[in-house]
Amino acid sequence: MSWQPVVGLEIHVQLKTRTKMFCRCANGYGGGENTQVCPVCLGYPGALPVPNRTAIEWTLKLGLALGCAIAPRAVFARKNYFYPDLPKGYQISQYDLPSCVNGRVLVPRGDGDHEIGIVRAHLEEDAAKTTHVGGRTGRIGGAEHSLVDFNRGGTPLVEIVTGPHVHSSEDARRFLQLLRQTIVELGISDAEMEKGTLRVDANVSVRPEGSDELRTRCELKNMNSFRFVAQGIDAEVARQIAVYESGGEVVQETYDFDAATGALTARRSKEEADDYRYFPEPDLVPVEPPAELVERLRAELPEPPAARIRRLEAELDLDRATVLVTGGLDRLYEATVAAGADSVAAANVIANRLAGVDARAVDAAELAQLVEARDRIPRGALDEALGKVAEPGFSAAPYLEQEAVSDTAELEPIVARVFAAHPGQVAAYRGGKEGLLGFFVGQVMKETGGQANPRVVSELVREQLADES
Amino acid sequence: MSAVVDTLRLTAEEANGLLARREVTAAELHEAYLAAIAERDPELHCYLRTLPYEAGEEPNGGGVPIALKDVISTKGVETTAGSRMLEGYVPVFDATVAERCRAAGLSVLGKTNTDEFAMGSSTENSAFGPSRNPWDPERVPGGSGGGSAAAVSAGLAPWALGSDTGGSIKQPSALCGNVGLRPTYGTVSRYGVVAFASSLDQIGPVARNVRDCALLLSIIAGKDECDSTTVELPEPVRLPEREDLTGLRIGVPKEMNEAEGIEPGVAAAVARALELARELGAEVGDCELPRSVEYGLACYYLIAPAEASSNLARYDGVRYGLRVDADRFSEMVERTRDAGFGDEPKRRIMLGTYALSAGYYDAFYGQAQKVRTVIAREHAAAFEQFDVLVSPTSPTVAFKLGEKAANPLAMYLSDLLTIPSCMAGLPGLNVPCGLSEGLPVGLQLIGPQFSENRLFEVGHALERALGFDPVPERLR
Repeated sequence: MSWQPVVGLEIHVQLKTRTKMFCRCANGYGGGENTQVCPVCLGYPGALPVPNRTAIEWTLKLGLALGCAIAPRAVFARKNYFYPDLPKGYQISQYDLPSCVNGRVLVPRGDGDHEIGIVRAHLEEDAAKTTHVGGRTGRIGGAEHSLVDFNRGGTPLVEIVTGPHVHSSEDARRFLQLLRQTIVELGISDAEMEKGTLRVDANVSVRPEGSDELRTRCELKNMNSFRFVAQGIDAEVARQIAVYESGGEVVQETYDFDAATGALTARRSKEEADDYRYFPEPDLVPVEPPAELVERLRAELPEPPAARIRRLEAELDLDRATVLVTGGLDRLYEATVAAGADSVAAANVIANRLAGVDARAVDAAELAQLVEARDRIPRGALDEALGKVAEPGFSAAPYLEQEAVSDTAELEPIVARVFAAHPGQVAAYRGGKEGLLGFFVGQVMKETGGQANPRVVSELVREQLADES
Repeated sequence: MSAVVDTLRLTAEEANGLLARREVTAAELHEAYLAAIAERDPELHCYLRTLPYEAGEEPNGGGVPIALKDVISTKGVETTAGSRMLEGYVPVFDATVAERCRAAGLSVLGKTNTDEFAMGSSTENSAFGPSRNPWDPERVPGGSGGGSAAAVSAGLAPWALGSDTGGSIKQPSALCGNVGLRPTYGTVSRYGVVAFASSLDQIGPVARNVRDCALLLSIIAGKDECDSTTVELPEPVRLPEREDLTGLRIGVPKEMNEAEGIEPGVAAAVARALELARELGAEVGDCELPRSVEYGLACYYLIAPAEASSNLARYDGVRYGLRVDADRFSEMVERTRDAGFGDEPKRRIMLGTYALSAGYYDAFYGQAQKVRTVIAREHAAAFEQFDVLVSPTSPTVAFKLGEKAANPLAMYLSDLLTIPSCMAGLPGLNVPCGLSEGLPVGLQLIGPQFSENRLFEVGHALERALGFDPVPERLR
């Protein structure tokens, strides 16, 4: 039988507001343990929450970017449970009346746009950070003692819940990349999984291909990169298929994914069912955003990443377009092309050489000149120029004046010297290891201090080794 | 040389006069009350702790002293809410009302006794022993704010702050024979006040007369950025002047004046007050609040415990207050809460946890909130015909210590008449209206939201006409 994975994602986004969700403590890393705390976020008797207006606006903005309807009335509720990281004994979270509902995100694929429904996006406060010392598992059970750092407690979190519309680990990865880019472009979070400002849980089940049933799902937690999310989903899908194919039943369970071993470890089942006893938080009034605010926020939205991928796809291919957009490089790309650069060449240079560079700081006109001159100027000059392209006042002119050595007469003796120094590799190449071409080119480039034109060198090496065979 | 201060009779307004004329200093005033406390409080146990005078930064050299119920956080001063759980807990911040009192130059005399976490109607639930009624020390002062009410009546404070969830200001004021206001929900900040039931808790003044009560409200009321449920008063508090009630329409809700359990002496005192109101020019008519009275108490005992079960979850032994150590976290929490909470908080936590549980929420908490809307509408309808509604504050005069302690339901019925308007978020004023069996009877005046000024005018006019002597007979 052929099986279809059915995956829903729950994403937590830590907002980078200046202050916490319900108090004026600084929101952010850097302070020593328990230095960014006050009576409110420590849950002292009588302390009351006051909502952070910016956090509410950013949540609405994110909801709008995800195509959600904005609730005219959202209500914070209390989720009650005891845990040392929860100072009030309850978490304040939107529950049955969230701020954003019924959105959708289009994920461009080779076979068309795949739609992933957004069930809801709601605002809540984060718990504190606990460190369980001693014990084998690093969890509270068996620990000798536990340390709590309340700096993170009460920081604003948006939880996004998708429908069970993700049917492959690749779709999950693509969706998360688009989501992350959307969040980063809104300027509301750094959305870095490694730092925990973006957290992803996956609810995974499988069903026979063609069926529309929803079978028992398992929850995967603790995956701290997109790659691990994809690996975790693949591992869980394979596990469930194996269970069904051996005649078993999948039992609802929560698993931690261990990236190092690829193993899934079931968390110890709780003795009793969770009953969070939700009720509307009486210390807060409902969130009722005025229509003008919602419209203002909507007008501030950037063009959605999916639409931009489709636009770029017309001149590039889907993968290149996706890399540019999800890397936040597409606007630079478009400006560079508009400044006269060849589209594929510009895409390659930007995607391969400028990842991690602050694209907004780059002068596209200067970059376009570098792209056009990329084969003509020495590689060393190009490398140096691309390394400095985001610096203020960068000018391509000094680099454009340099010419790469393309004169074969000048290059031939150097090529000969390289061959002489590496007789073994020469023999291997002639024996069919044509992959060594790059090695020879690299050696010549090194000999010339990066001044040679690599395309010319490449042709020369190939000709010469062919000639003398 | 300072004037002789008769703390039993001195009103806050008079004290302000003495201070303004420099006939007494704030420190001397404070000392006079501490002396009275030293003399009478060993018997009455109104205070859990007293404080020496601290020279304030007021340009006028400070003002009238005040007593604060021990649910109100005071920076640097132990605040227990009457519970072992918070024994030794010293807040690092002032409640907004405490801060406003200090900013107005009021010196804090001390923290007054309360039923544990303000849960009770007699102060018998205080972990630190009950307070006693200054009119008869064999009897309770009411609760939960019995300490504040008894202190004011016994001349151990010119005025005090209480907190009221279902009657904890009005009922003790009735039983002790003074004036207590539960303000409109949202007009006084709850920030820093140990929470019992957030959607019902209100802070309010207890005073010897209506004008002092109004004066104290003007000090504490108004929007607070730290409490998002607060609003600005639509009009400033006015000290009442009028001595007649011409044109006033008084409604007498049948169910609240004929309820089973209202003592004949209480009913008679209220009837005399209504007769007096007519003589002062008021029109008095009957009205009905059938659902408010029939369902008010039951719904209150779903909503208040539900919120309390959540509000009291923070007492887990992790950060402050009592901790009973154990090997595991959950065991530490269980032991701490078992040792720290008395029977009444435990009873209400269990009731509330049940009412919020999955499968029961709709039938209990959800339904009670709907009834609350019905109660609010029923009151609003009555206020289309009447300016104020009147009833006894408490069905009985002060009862004896131990009389109801073993029967929680009988104790809960003490609040039968105060609860409906609390559920509707409405202001209510207790004014003493006479004696029954030598004990004070309280008249409850209920008004629409934000009608405090009207309540003060009515209360003031009746107070003048009634001529009630707020000093307990045995202390005169």
